[in-house]
Amino acid sequence: MFNHLLSLLIWLPIVGAVPVLLAGSGRPNAARWISLLMAILTFAISLFLIPQYNPDVSGMQLVESHVWIESLNVHYGLGIDGISVALILLTTFVGILVIVGAWEVIQDKPHQYMAAMLVLEGLMIGVFCATDALLFYAFFEAMLIPMFILIGIWGGPRRVYATLKFFIYTFFGSIFMLIGLIYLYLKAGTWDLHALQALPLSLTEQSWLFFAFLIAFAVKVPMVPVHTWLPDAHVEAPTGGSVVLAAVMLKIGGYGFLRFSLPIVPDASHQFAWVVILLSLIAVVYIGYVALVQEDMKKLVAYSSVAHMGFVTLGIFIAFMLVRDQGNTDAARLGMQGAMVQMISHGFVSGAMFSCIGVLYDRLHTRLIKDYGGVINVMPWFGFFYVLFAMANCGLPGTSGFVGEFMVILASFSANPWIALFAAFTLIIGAAYTLWLVKRVLWGEVTNSHVAEMKDINGREWLVLGAFAALTILIGVWPEPLTHLMNISVNQLVQVLAIHKV
Amino acid sequence: MELSSSILLTIALAPLVGCLLAGFFGKQIGRAGAHSVTILGLLISCGLSFYVLYQITAGGAPVYNHNIYTWFEIGKYTASVGFLIDRLTAMMMVVVTFVSLLVHVYTIGYMADDDGYQRFFSYISLFTFSMLMLVMSNNFLQLFFGWEAVGLVSYLLIGFWYKRPTAIFANLKAFIVNRVGDFGFLLGIAAILYFLGTLDYATAFGAAPTLVGKTLTLTQSIHWDAATVICILLFIGAMGKSAQVPLHVWLPDSMEGPTPISALIHAATMVTAGIFMVARMSPLYELSETALSVVLVIGATGALFTGLIGIVQNDIKRVVAYSTLSQLGYMTVALGVSAYAGAVYHLMTHAFFKALLFLGAGSVIIAMHHEQDMRYMGGLRKYMPITWITMWIGALALCGVPFFSGFYSKDSIIDAVHESHRWGSGYAYFCVVIGAFVTATYTFRQMYMTFHGKERFKVVEHHGHHDAHAHDDHHDDHDHHEPGVLHHPPKESPWVVTLPLILLAIPSLLVGLFTVQPMLFGNWFGGAIHVDEANNVLGEIGKEFHGSLAMALQGFTQLPFFLVLAAFIITTYIYLFNPSVADKIKSALKPIWVILDRKYWVDDIYFAIFARGGVKLGRMFWKGGDAAVIDGVLIDGSASLVQRIAAGARRIQSGYLYHYAFAMILGLILLLGGYWLIGQ
Repeated sequence: MFNHLLSLLIWLPIVGAVPVLLAGSGRPNAARWISLLMAILTFAISLFLIPQYNPDVSGMQLVESHVWIESLNVHYGLGIDGISVALILLTTFVGILVIVGAWEVIQDKPHQYMAAMLVLEGLMIGVFCATDALLFYAFFEAMLIPMFILIGIWGGPRRVYATLKFFIYTFFGSIFMLIGLIYLYLKAGTWDLHALQALPLSLTEQSWLFFAFLIAFAVKVPMVPVHTWLPDAHVEAPTGGSVVLAAVMLKIGGYGFLRFSLPIVPDASHQFAWVVILLSLIAVVYIGYVALVQEDMKKLVAYSSVAHMGFVTLGIFIAFMLVRDQGNTDAARLGMQGAMVQMISHGFVSGAMFSCIGVLYDRLHTRLIKDYGGVINVMPWFGFFYVLFAMANCGLPGTSGFVGEFMVILASFSANPWIALFAAFTLIIGAAYTLWLVKRVLWGEVTNSHVAEMKDINGREWLVLGAFAALTILIGVWPEPLTHLMNISVNQLVQVLAIHKV
Repeated sequence: MELSSSILLTIALAPLVGCLLAGFFGKQIGRAGAHSVTILGLLISCGLSFYVLYQITAGGAPVYNHNIYTWFEIGKYTASVGFLIDRLTAMMMVVVTFVSLLVHVYTIGYMADDDGYQRFFSYISLFTFSMLMLVMSNNFLQLFFGWEAVGLVSYLLIGFWYKRPTAIFANLKAFIVNRVGDFGFLLGIAAILYFLGTLDYATAFGAAPTLVGKTLTLTQSIHWDAATVICILLFIGAMGKSAQVPLHVWLPDSMEGPTPISALIHAATMVTAGIFMVARMSPLYELSETALSVVLVIGATGALFTGLIGIVQNDIKRVVAYSTLSQLGYMTVALGVSAYAGAVYHLMTHAFFKALLFLGAGSVIIAMHHEQDMRYMGGLRKYMPITWITMWIGALALCGVPFFSGFYSKDSIIDAVHESHRWGSGYAYFCVVIGAFVTATYTFRQMYMTFHGKERFKVVEHHGHHDAHAHDDHHDDHDHHEPGVLHHPPKESPWVVTLPLILLAIPSLLVGLFTVQPMLFGNWFGGAIHVDEANNVLGEIGKEFHGSLAMALQGFTQLPFFLVLAAFIITTYIYLFNPSVADKIKSALKPIWVILDRKYWVDDIYFAIFARGGVKLGRMFWKGGDAAVIDGVLIDGSASLVQRIAAGARRIQSGYLYHYAFAMILGLILLLGGYWLIGQ
């Protein structure tokens, strides 16, 4: 079983979607229970990665490789390192919570919704396992389909605009990646990522490739100025769609930078690191201000996601400045680890924030901040979770939201104090937009009769929010296991950064 | 005997356990259960803290400095959770747990009618845990954890009565202003990691001398001294937490919270965290004269100018709040002249007498059925003698009357400033001396307006309306009734309220007399505080110290005492004998009164620039940047461009055969022509 652990993880949920679909709309409960079973099973199997993965050995582990398309030398190549393990665990964990979260909320064709979620989960795991560029690309693109369906069918009133924007935006980006990959294949004759890493490339070639990758992944992260699809997609997506989108899909952008930009085009990445750093800082400051004035809760959290993902790209690219300009590999590792922890943490925190908004939406069917007020009076337990996740969102120490930002800010000070200055601005603006939201939604007198009738969270919702809360606090209090898991992979990446191709 | 980790962990975690039990199982264990478990936790914590203090001072226990667990380990950087227990820590632990314990007991009486009883106990225990983590830390990471965690609890407690619009405004404001400080603080920690390569106190202090000569490159021509940058950045954190000018604006508003937390958090402990931090970082601060001068000037400004505002306040709690701002200024001044021990010593005495004054004010507020305006009080002394006497003890300690604890700490600070030659010390001396007069003025005014003179409230008995009246007692509804009208006469508060007052009055009166010699002049703090010989102003005044009695007797001949006396005479005349003078002075000095009443317009300016300005900027970015440029031009623009091109291209497919034939001929001509051209 362990020889094909990764394949099992990818295909179990995808194949598992078939019986869910077969259950049909006539037996919604059967569909729900089967999909829950599949999600739990996938999560359970993913837990085997922890003993199976050896965090003291660098390089890809649990490798699988079969020829897929012989004429093009495409392989079905899978493998994982510490970073993938962390992201896969995040995916399978969130996978359960979105199924539970949608339980009775999705009344319209629940079997199809659950099936789409399972397929999406399998494809996302595929992205994190692929070691063959074309396989990666296949998963990367295939992922759009279930998400397209999720937003397009179960979305809000402007879902058609949002899905089209989402699809075209991301598809536009990945076309450039495909062109880049084809160029690499023509040059190297292989799609194997490890082999491509060793491929010598001139600076001009690297620069073209760098921007091709940048466009693809920047859209996914998303980075300013290609972020505007995200608020629209979030606003229209059903709660589960938003959770998966924020918690896992955005991470694929950051992950792409690690697997493609850094090892394949290190010199161009170094040369253009300032572009990414600048855009990341704009994300923190500019998007922070934009988030402040949002009137729709989901938009607010979506913008806050963009700002938080700014720390991921910042942490990854300051590593170049630190390694190459200063030779400070330790600070580079710190920044890179910070970026990784931020990815995982943002998975929990944004997932939880969107789940909270889902809880409110299920009761009042509005996402506008002004329709709420004084919710704490009627929903004390919800208030507890909401404040907790809000605090995690503003990076309070003791929650996971702090860990990554702390590491990235510390590392960026070593790179350049001005970068740290702008990055640390999140402390102020993040608190301002998050707590102002909390003030308007949670505190105060009950503002209207609809709020007065709201019921506190039920057991199912408690379970979802409680699970997010447990991990948010666990990683906040003791991030060492997580950083240890990714340590050797991050070290390896940092070493790769130092290697000049020209 | 050597201290064990298990004792220290128990001290820190016992309040946390209490917090979790009271918070999560509040319904199950009930009110009595909630206060019992939290008070038990505090008793354990406080008892063991006294034990630790004893072991450290008399029991010969060596300084404890060990990590409990590793938080992360990346390359050469490690972050841990651990404890550093030396005399400074031990003293802080005792102060924190002792005041917290008394506040817990007091809360039983103060919050008796409140619906959020269990929640309140849970919060104050959580606060105690956070504060202990802050003071016991042996590294910058945990310091920052405690630093922000106390900020969180402060946020929750200021907004405890979350239905009040003013409370939820105040807590948001407090958190954000504190975050401005934390912004600097975090950058300071980053600078330490950059220059010293560690987050551990001992290692950082050990390596501190290597900072000399290092600079931080800001631009190609601007290089700043490393120690100065670190110290000023860290001090920005202290400015937020310890409410120093210009980040002081949140503290007066924090009075929206229930009175017990004003005593615990916003007077005795949390707001002094900045003072403690700077004292802890003394090995770093000693490296930068510039940073210390900044500290000195900011502290002095706060000491005088926020105190002045206290004179025009009519809310009994706000007077004490401005007094706290002013006293924090004194502590900061002491830090600024390298009299760290003096600052921490004043921190300790202030914790006792200021907690006493706040809790006393709370006792008055209970008696007045949650009326806080002193204009409706007066003559309360005969109704509540214990509150009256204990508050006078606190008031005299605050004024620095000889023999009271505040005298020893405050006069030493004034002397230390006098002794110092640091840049800014002249200005600071002026501020702290005038400040002594100001302190006495607002304190005596408060005492007279509250306890003495004519009763300015009416008692209108409402028999047979017990239900309605019980309803009136609810804090949330306190502002509905007519001001100055009570439904039954004020009476002394129950023992759970008065006992803490008495227990705080004792140290407010005596602690200075017995501890000034060792703690201030006897190098009691040992290695915990580092002062360069050249800056050792306390050592200089210590040479003229001949015992605490002699110091107090000499205090009667000093300038600060005369100023207090002057204030006493003036306020006594005005408020006991001729109250109309107050109004005359007010109208004569109208412009000054307006300036003070408007708090120098600082709040208004901040609100206009940062709050309104921030929202405006956000709108501009959102509508102008995201909506107009990115979506409007780039995204939807390119979509409509595609549409227009497609609409144009569609016209070509007209379906007429002759159109296509014409196009083919044209294409052929172009193709052949092209070949021909290339062929040339």
